[in-house]
Amino acid sequence: MTEPFRVLPHIGPDNQFFWTSGRDGVLRFLRCRGCGYFIHPPGPICPRCLERDLSPEPVSGRATLFSFTVNHQKWSPDIEEPYVIALVQVEEQDDLRLTTNLVNVEPDEVRIGMPLRVVFEDHDPVFVPLFEPA
Amino acid sequence: MTSYENRVVISGIGQSAVGRRLNRSAIDLTVDAALAAVADAGLTVADIDGIATYPGAGGGPAGFAGPGTPEVQDALRLRVNWHAGGIEGPAQMSAVINASMAVGTGLARHVLCYRTVTEATEQGGGGRSGIGAGIPKIGGTLQWTIPFRAYSAACWLALNAQRHFHQFGTTREQLGMIPITQRRHAGLNPKAIYRDPMTLEDYLSARMVTTPFGLYDCDAPVDGSTALIVSTADYAPDTPRPAARLEAVGTALRGRPSWDQFDDMTTMAARDAAASMWERTDLRPTDVDVAELYDGFSFLTMCWLEALGFCGHGEGGPFVEDGRRISLDGELPLNTHGGQLSAGRLHGFGHIHEAVTQLRGDGGDRQVPGQVEIAAVANGGGPLAGCLLLSRWR
Repeated sequence: MTEPFRVLPHIGPDNQFFWTSGRDGVLRFLRCRGCGYFIHPPGPICPRCLERDLSPEPVSGRATLFSFTVNHQKWSPDIEEPYVIALVQVEEQDDLRLTTNLVNVEPDEVRIGMPLRVVFEDHDPVFVPLFEPA
Repeated sequence: MTSYENRVVISGIGQSAVGRRLNRSAIDLTVDAALAAVADAGLTVADIDGIATYPGAGGGPAGFAGPGTPEVQDALRLRVNWHAGGIEGPAQMSAVINASMAVGTGLARHVLCYRTVTEATEQGGGGRSGIGAGIPKIGGTLQWTIPFRAYSAACWLALNAQRHFHQFGTTREQLGMIPITQRRHAGLNPKAIYRDPMTLEDYLSARMVTTPFGLYDCDAPVDGSTALIVSTADYAPDTPRPAARLEAVGTALRGRPSWDQFDDMTTMAARDAAASMWERTDLRPTDVDVAELYDGFSFLTMCWLEALGFCGHGEGGPFVEDGRRISLDGELPLNTHGGQLSAGRLHGFGHIHEAVTQLRGDGGDRQVPGQVEIAAVANGGGPLAGCLLLSRWR
């Protein structure tokens, strides 16, 4: 199946784990091996305890909708509006947030606080994390 | 309170023609604004010994950046003791704040600051450019938004606005009073782009851009250049028109420097910049006679109203809801020239220009009644925020 057009990320050593994580259907974030804090976007150090020993760790993929916007403007010729841009709060940590899209939901059914789960859109080797109602 | 700001004034202001399709080059418009500001300050080009701009040459969508300082310096053959241009800092007015520090430390006496846009001409009739639209891959911080088709600051800030609506019960009817009231002010400003009255029905029925932002929540791209002369306060008694004294600058960024990872998504960096400004002055929000608060999107103005303490956090909706408080004869006249929503996206410098105009009593039909003594000016949205408190020289 041909997926709809997306601008994709340049992949490098710091972000490869995140953007390729969905190959096995699992969302991962960088996590401090000292204090357990999840760090996003990925960085070189734990901002909470200054530990340098960090590694990607799986999360459940469950999240709640923190905020959203239904975009109607045609910014780019190759996609169809309207679509939902979402800010989701990942279950594992209060301030672990991700900008993403909601799929498999009508725009007028979207409500802040609704439970969500991750799904991945295949742009092999990139797997883009999107969310749908849980 | 004694601070470096006491040693600094804005001695002159100037602006080029402003319009939707001027078909003139950015440097041409910039020279118009610069010469006007120099003359307004009672100076000659030979007196200018510093230059500053935002964001500097290159970068951003077509027509966004304007000329860098080398181009302007060379066009006018300025002999500068200090110069700076750059995009990292407390929003658009970082150029003015940098200049004020150069003057306050004695590096320069008279700094030409300018901001030039030619977005209307250069983006033509094709609609607003999406950031990153049409390119195959993206890196840096934009990789966290553009792949999700959040192609514009409109999309990023809509997330803040929607969260504010959810948490505080803010409505589109309330938010709409910002563009509607500003449109009334624009009707009194001969240089404004959109001057016809706007009703609530006009506002609500306009096409949606990205919820909760409709067309009239978004500013109007234009061509134009605005210039200011930031001078040593020693010179203030000699200006042809009253100088504006710099009372305090607001420059802080204490939350994460991010559009979507800021700790409180119902506010922005404006919270921190405003707090740091009030830490540098004995003046209080109730002392402010006029507020020129950035309105790239209507919600940014609401956010600045709250951040600057004109109302409580979350109370922006009720504060503006009948439009009276923010009218020219209200307790806090707001964006008296029409703001970027109606007078065009001069990218922050239009607000500074208007603040000085109001302090001088030069606002013509849109002049706030009574003597304007203190003006608050704010620029920026999301992680970009800077603000100024200005007073009338006496």
